[in-house]
Amino acid sequence: MCRLFAVTCNNPLSPMVAIRALDVMKEGHDGSGVGLFLTDLGGEFEHFKGEPILSGIFSNEGIKALDRYMIDLDFMVKYKLSFRPGKLPPSGTPKRDNYVIRVYEYPADWEGLSETEIQFRLMMVQLQLRRLGEKDNSMMIFSFWPDVIMLKEVGDPLAVAEYLGLDRKELQARVILSQGRQNTNYSIDIYACHPFFIQGIATMTNGENTAFVPIREFLMSRNFPGYTGYQSDSEVFTHILHYMNRKLGLGIEMYKHIITPLKDDELEKHSAGLWLKKLKQSCRPLIIDGPNCVMGCLPDKSLFMVQDSKKLRPGVVGGRPGIFAFSSEMCGLDTAIPERDINLDFQPMKYETVLIRRERQEIEKWNQWDALPHLN
Amino acid sequence: MESMGCITPSKLSIKDLPWQILWNKEKCTLCGQCTSVCPVQAIELGVHRKRSVQVTPGLAEKPSNVFEIYHGIRQRTEPSYACVGCGMCTLVCPNNAIVPMHGDEPDKLRYHRNAGGEPRRRGGRRNSPDSVLDKIKFVRISMLTDPALDAGRHEFELRTLLGRILPPEEMIKAGRENGWMPPVREIYPLIIGSMSFGALSPNMWEGLQMGVSYLNEEMGMPVRICTGEGGCPPRLLKSRFLKYVILQIASGYFGWDEIIHALPHMKEDPCAIEIKYGQGAKPGDGGLLMWYKVNKLIAAIRGVPQGVSLPSPPTHQTKYSIEEAVAKMIQSMSMAWGFRVPVYPKISATSTSLAVLNNLTRNPYAAGLAIDGEDGGTGAAYNVSMDHMGHPIASNLRDAYLNLVKVGKQNEIPLFAGGGIGKNGNLAANAAALIMLGASGVQTGKYIMQAAAGCLGSETDRCNICNIGLCPKGITSQDPRLDRRLDPEKVARRIVDVFTGFDTELKKIVAPLGRSTSLPIGMADALGIADAHAAERLKIKYVL
Repeated sequence: MCRLFAVTCNNPLSPMVAIRALDVMKEGHDGSGVGLFLTDLGGEFEHFKGEPILSGIFSNEGIKALDRYMIDLDFMVKYKLSFRPGKLPPSGTPKRDNYVIRVYEYPADWEGLSETEIQFRLMMVQLQLRRLGEKDNSMMIFSFWPDVIMLKEVGDPLAVAEYLGLDRKELQARVILSQGRQNTNYSIDIYACHPFFIQGIATMTNGENTAFVPIREFLMSRNFPGYTGYQSDSEVFTHILHYMNRKLGLGIEMYKHIITPLKDDELEKHSAGLWLKKLKQSCRPLIIDGPNCVMGCLPDKSLFMVQDSKKLRPGVVGGRPGIFAFSSEMCGLDTAIPERDINLDFQPMKYETVLIRRERQEIEKWNQWDALPHLN
Repeated sequence: MESMGCITPSKLSIKDLPWQILWNKEKCTLCGQCTSVCPVQAIELGVHRKRSVQVTPGLAEKPSNVFEIYHGIRQRTEPSYACVGCGMCTLVCPNNAIVPMHGDEPDKLRYHRNAGGEPRRRGGRRNSPDSVLDKIKFVRISMLTDPALDAGRHEFELRTLLGRILPPEEMIKAGRENGWMPPVREIYPLIIGSMSFGALSPNMWEGLQMGVSYLNEEMGMPVRICTGEGGCPPRLLKSRFLKYVILQIASGYFGWDEIIHALPHMKEDPCAIEIKYGQGAKPGDGGLLMWYKVNKLIAAIRGVPQGVSLPSPPTHQTKYSIEEAVAKMIQSMSMAWGFRVPVYPKISATSTSLAVLNNLTRNPYAAGLAIDGEDGGTGAAYNVSMDHMGHPIASNLRDAYLNLVKVGKQNEIPLFAGGGIGKNGNLAANAAALIMLGASGVQTGKYIMQAAAGCLGSETDRCNICNIGLCPKGITSQDPRLDRRLDPEKVARRIVDVFTGFDTELKKIVAPLGRSTSLPIGMADALGIADAHAAERLKIKYVL
């Protein structure tokens, strides 16, 4: 089972906060990989809020290819943070040439484009780079988006973080998602490492998604180029959220209604039962069976957590105004935010969605039985 | 002058027949029940003369002959009286003195079943016990990666949808604008396939309907049954139970006069309308109710004269193109019930299935597609159609599903598969395999007849005389003397047993795969088969 930890804080934090939380949850886990998603950035990246940031791993050849490709598109590097670890990597971690985080300036001819168009083009650049690099493994691209940094690597999370020197002061964020294992259900592939990202939305998941194949087929047949990859069965959680949010225009309160809809007899008693039943029918291929706990970050930097319809996975949220964290185990939360009222800790159950908005004042809870806000 | 004992080309011995009657003189009580129950009069009272040579040891007395007469059974060998192997003689024999046995080599009767130039017609199914569906295994079991679900403890929602389902974008738009949404029924994924009133006896039909009503009203299982082409008794049309019934319209339009006239009196809408364009047992051929079965009741319900054969044309004669036949007919039927009832076509599996499906994807009123594979059963058809025409269901259904995936409409047009599901008794396993290959649900008829009414037919040409109204179990007969052998109450009880048993088995399949909250339609990653070509064709795992 993956270890998951997410934190949102008014003051920028080092990713090491999350890595240490993962480390205390290490007992009983294999510690075979690490994935990080940082947003609402602090440190040096605070100055480049609107500019797209490319995150990935490149061979020396890959860097040259990246430069050629980006220059052709008229992207200019504004700032970069490259790790070239010289010493031997920790056990199980491959030796890489370059870990790259680069801030780019938009091409001149993108000026005046609509936000939707810019976001689409950013996604396409990421996909094309990924495709270019897949041929010879020279590039692995995790994100290309403003105010977002991602890092993924095989190996023990703490050992990898120390090896890469993730405690450097330039690298800080107010919202961090972290995950501590490589995938187990399909072949090992760095693209299978959580969190997954698409157009400002990131999620990570605990557990196996038994409904993966029909969901993947449904998403891939939506004719949206971003619905691709699927080296992990958990990637569909990110894309379902994206589809729901961007294509259907529904808010996070509907996420549970799509992946774990109420049963038919329950819908009979719901105030919006008729509409929800139709939604359930139309989105039938997106229903999951779990066991899954999904944590994620929305484009507005809110953090959320939901459980499958049987609540078969652990997940807790706690904190105090200004800082809150989600953790797959209590000890991770205790390490990250020891000074909190533990009586206010909350473990969402099968009907609930919890949300911490960017203001970080309280744990918001929704229940699937609640009236639907957008229908009122 | 012809000699008295001439041997004609069609003169057969018992050995040449497919079934030989073994009779035990010692056990036989000469009660005569076997000869009276035999539906085809294959056996008759035999008066046998027997000579015994009596030889006394020694030379004093000369050997002598004694001629005795004994009574027993004689098996007739004329082709029209050949034993069909139903085994009713064994069933009624108080002493187990008689049993039909299948010959040890292919029979010679098959070469002579065209007397008068009329090829063999029969009921039943394709005479081939092979089943690809039986070979499919469920290989993706959740264990250590994640806990498997508990078929006995967890809650399951194994329902399916029948009806055109709007894509999410359009559904939200229609909801916002108060637009029309196509009718969708939430039903149990195992449907009792179309067997007409006429093909089945009144007792069988009543038993099925009672069983279905009980399942719905007492067991909470939304099971649906299709009428087949033969109309529907007016009392049922005007009852609240109509909502459990799928009315079928086919190329003979039998019974539709009654149905149209009953429209204003209907308390409930039917579950759906199935437009039959073809059936798996005899693709390209129309329905057939032979004259033996067209009695007064059947004639009244179908709106035809008594005692005439009722062949439906192979196609809907008033339609000249796929647009006419599919699009317009669906629209007309939808209109008849105010667009409140799903209307879908049923076709026989064929290499042209995709053309029909493509047409349906462009028709906003098409509520689904039922595809019937070559192993589908029938009440009457030419033997050649049954044994040699048609397409297996597995690859046809899989192609149709993957075609829908390609155009992104896999959730919009539900596919229902039929033909050979449970042909060897593995109903739940076959149904689950088809669902994971992409079917939204399955239709079955033969299994229901076998399990709920004790049909004796088999894929090795046993019985299969549904066409001539002589069903020895009273299932497909219209003769009251035969029908009364079947108690509708007991059929209903067996239907309930079949569905509750099926439900448990289906849970036992999907729970270990980690599925419980929705039917695993298209979950082909769970399937494997030890046949590389089949695996490649069906796009499932090859396992050894």
